[in-house]
Amino acid sequence: MNDSPLLTLAGYFALLSLFAVGGANAAIPEMHRIAVEAMHWMSDRQFADMFAIAQVSPGPNVVIVTLIGYHVAGFAGAGVATVAMCGPTCVLAYLVARTWDRFKDAHWRIAIQAGLVPVSLGLIAASAFVLARSADHNVYAGIITAVTAVAAFATRINPLWIFLGGGILGLTGWL
Amino acid sequence: MSDSAAPPSPAVSHPSLAELFRAFVIVSLSGFGGALPWARRMIVEQKRWMSTQEFNEAFALSQFLPGPNVVNFSVVFGARFGGAPGAAVALAGLMGPPLVIVAMLAILYARFGDLEMLSRILAGITAAAVGLLIAVVAKMAAPLFVKRWNSGPLIAIAAFIGVAIIQWPLPWVFVVLAPVSVAFAWFKR
Repeated sequence: MNDSPLLTLAGYFALLSLFAVGGANAAIPEMHRIAVEAMHWMSDRQFADMFAIAQVSPGPNVVIVTLIGYHVAGFAGAGVATVAMCGPTCVLAYLVARTWDRFKDAHWRIAIQAGLVPVSLGLIAASAFVLARSADHNVYAGIITAVTAVAAFATRINPLWIFLGGGILGLTGWL
Repeated sequence: MSDSAAPPSPAVSHPSLAELFRAFVIVSLSGFGGALPWARRMIVEQKRWMSTQEFNEAFALSQFLPGPNVVNFSVVFGARFGGAPGAAVALAGLMGPPLVIVAMLAILYARFGDLEMLSRILAGITAAAVGLLIAVVAKMAAPLFVKRWNSGPLIAIAAFIGVAIIQWPLPWVFVVLAPVSVAFAWFKR
């Protein structure tokens, strides 16, 4: 393994970028595996904190990689991690966009897209599991998670209210 | 939806680079919990740069690609109206302001992350955010489990077990499961 943290960040996130079907939330378990278990960059709780910060910041949730990068190597790390995570897929998007009309109705294209849905589903479920393990330490936290899940499934409530409620309940110190 | 007999109108105006940038800045700053609904509103309803169908096709392409969907979308959309400079400008608009904000949050977290109060608040937010993820999973899973028997649930469960329980690296799980799942989708027709 290379011992420069910037190269390590670049390598991991560039690779992850190409396997993150379903977006940043599908890549959470792999980021957790790398940052917490393989590289020991941070604790489980710090990882969960960064996930929470990325969720409440405006913009794409992919900014969690910016936070991880900053934690590992300051501003250089933040930049390298972000470019590595977005760069390869942006180049791919640019190239594919120019030829999309030629194959958008092709059977193989539809089969690939349909086939990737269950994979993303399993990955996002794994994200929920990995994060629940670090967040839901007691019955109150578990209740917040359960109530949020039901509310978000059954209504079109703005997630901002959910985060606000969770933050306030967290502040009480019951969690 | 509407009773209008008009065919889906093609894009009625083409954005300049400055307009592209401004549009994606606004989308990025409005997009708590997913920027897609905001992008649709801005591009289809307000600016009329794309018809609903064009938007859906561009978004399908963004989902087809790996990586963050809305990031891909900004590149696809920008490239369509302004080539490589358009793609760069849309991407910069989408990512610029959030990165500035998140950089400030990163500095604050590095300094105050150990504060008991902050860690309580973040713990509450994480617990709630996990609930949101579970709701996303439930919404995605519903159509897979409702249909007559298909491979979807098995693949999803296998991906979950591989990544969450056994903790294999994501690329391994992907390389094994994705071809199987795509093959099922290919032969199902």
